[in-house]
Amino acid sequence: MTTGDPLIVLDGVNKWFGPLHVLDDVSLSVGRGEVVVVIGPSGSGKSTLCRTINRLEPIDSGTITFDGQPLPAEGKPLAKLRSEVGMVFQSFNLFAHKTILENVALGPVKVRKEKPAAARERGLALLDRVGIANQADKYPAQLSGGQQQRAAIARALAMQPKAMLFDEPTSALDPEMVGEVLDVMTSLASEGMTMVVVTHEMGFARHAANRVIFMADGKLVEDAPPTEFFANPRSERAKDFLSKILTH
Amino acid sequence: MGEFFRVLTDNASLFREGFYNTVKLFLIAGVGSLVLGMLLGAMRVSPVPALRAFGATYVNLVRNTPLTLVFAFLVFAVPKLDVNIDYFNSACIALTAYTSAFICEVVRSGVNTVATGQAEAARALGMTFAQVLTLIVLPQALRAMVPPMMSVLIAMLKNTTIAAGFSVLEAGAIPAYMSERGEPQFIVLTWIVIGFLILILPLVVLQRILERKWAVAR
Repeated sequence: MTTGDPLIVLDGVNKWFGPLHVLDDVSLSVGRGEVVVVIGPSGSGKSTLCRTINRLEPIDSGTITFDGQPLPAEGKPLAKLRSEVGMVFQSFNLFAHKTILENVALGPVKVRKEKPAAARERGLALLDRVGIANQADKYPAQLSGGQQQRAAIARALAMQPKAMLFDEPTSALDPEMVGEVLDVMTSLASEGMTMVVVTHEMGFARHAANRVIFMADGKLVEDAPPTEFFANPRSERAKDFLSKILTH
Repeated sequence: MGEFFRVLTDNASLFREGFYNTVKLFLIAGVGSLVLGMLLGAMRVSPVPALRAFGATYVNLVRNTPLTLVFAFLVFAVPKLDVNIDYFNSACIALTAYTSAFICEVVRSGVNTVATGQAEAARALGMTFAQVLTLIVLPQALRAMVPPMMSVLIAMLKNTTIAAGFSVLEAGAIPAYMSERGEPQFIVLTWIVIGFLILILPLVVLQRILERKWAVAR
């Protein structure tokens, strides 16, 4: 199912939080334009996996390469890599002291040194695309959760990233706002954006993912196309997990 | 009542010179310790372990040393190293070195009030440590920093009186001169208290203004 050459490659990645082996020899390759959904019970290491890709979490052993280059350890090279990987957080993390438009234009202006007027113009177009152009001059706290998360997606897209990481983007949302965020993500996926999505939204995994990764206890247990994974999970852990979430 | 005002008018030049030097000490050491304190605070929250260790060591060493000892080091010990600094400059350095340790901790506690997700989001955009701190974290931390920062600055303004013990003619030195002139100490000290209240008033007003200004920023 890989659609193109590998963009993100994890090889033998291990990470401990104290005695907890949170990533246990994880290897994974994500092709350019591919949408990979990571699911699994809480505490399985899926968020940590997502956060290692732009080194918000450093790893203890193994290698991660992005677009052919090993992740830089720190400093300017790491900052440059991060600017090429968009990230969307569970808790939105919009800059509370800046308006929505300032949030979206800040990265291009300060990191990419774009002209403020051009960055604002592109920012407005992105806000329009995610359907909240009319909220541009408000502060994050004045928006609903769904609107904030769509603004956060626009902020990440403003950097014109090569890949997007979504760390449980809908888990903090009221149920009626989940759809509007998933709609934006689905359209992004259909436009060919490379995406790693940690989520509990099985519907999104079914219709938007090229591959589903199932994690448990820090291990990558299954890696299969969604139709195959949901119809015939091979491992007991995956069967157990799916029976718990799909029977309701 | 006439006696009360006579003490001030008869010795106006002494009061003027004393408080002039107090204000000068305060302004120089105030700017100095704000700059140095911010730098130390940035070190304490930086990702570089050596800088964090330096910041922590500085704070623990200097904050736990009595201010009179810091003065004594500069006035009595440093000249032994063939470094000559006059009394006034020594006082400025002592106050700056001491107060910046407290400012550093105010900065650090302010930074800690900002949710970690804010800095994470900024780092994820590719901002450098300096950008994360100056564009995202500090602007949001300022509001929480204002009240303790003003307390530190007010304490420093009063701490300037220690310089009197080290040959600097500032407000704290006035009583000694006045007792030589045979002026009533009770009235002299009351005037000095009034002087300090007047000096501290603008700081209190500034605190109010800043709190109001930043209260609506989100």
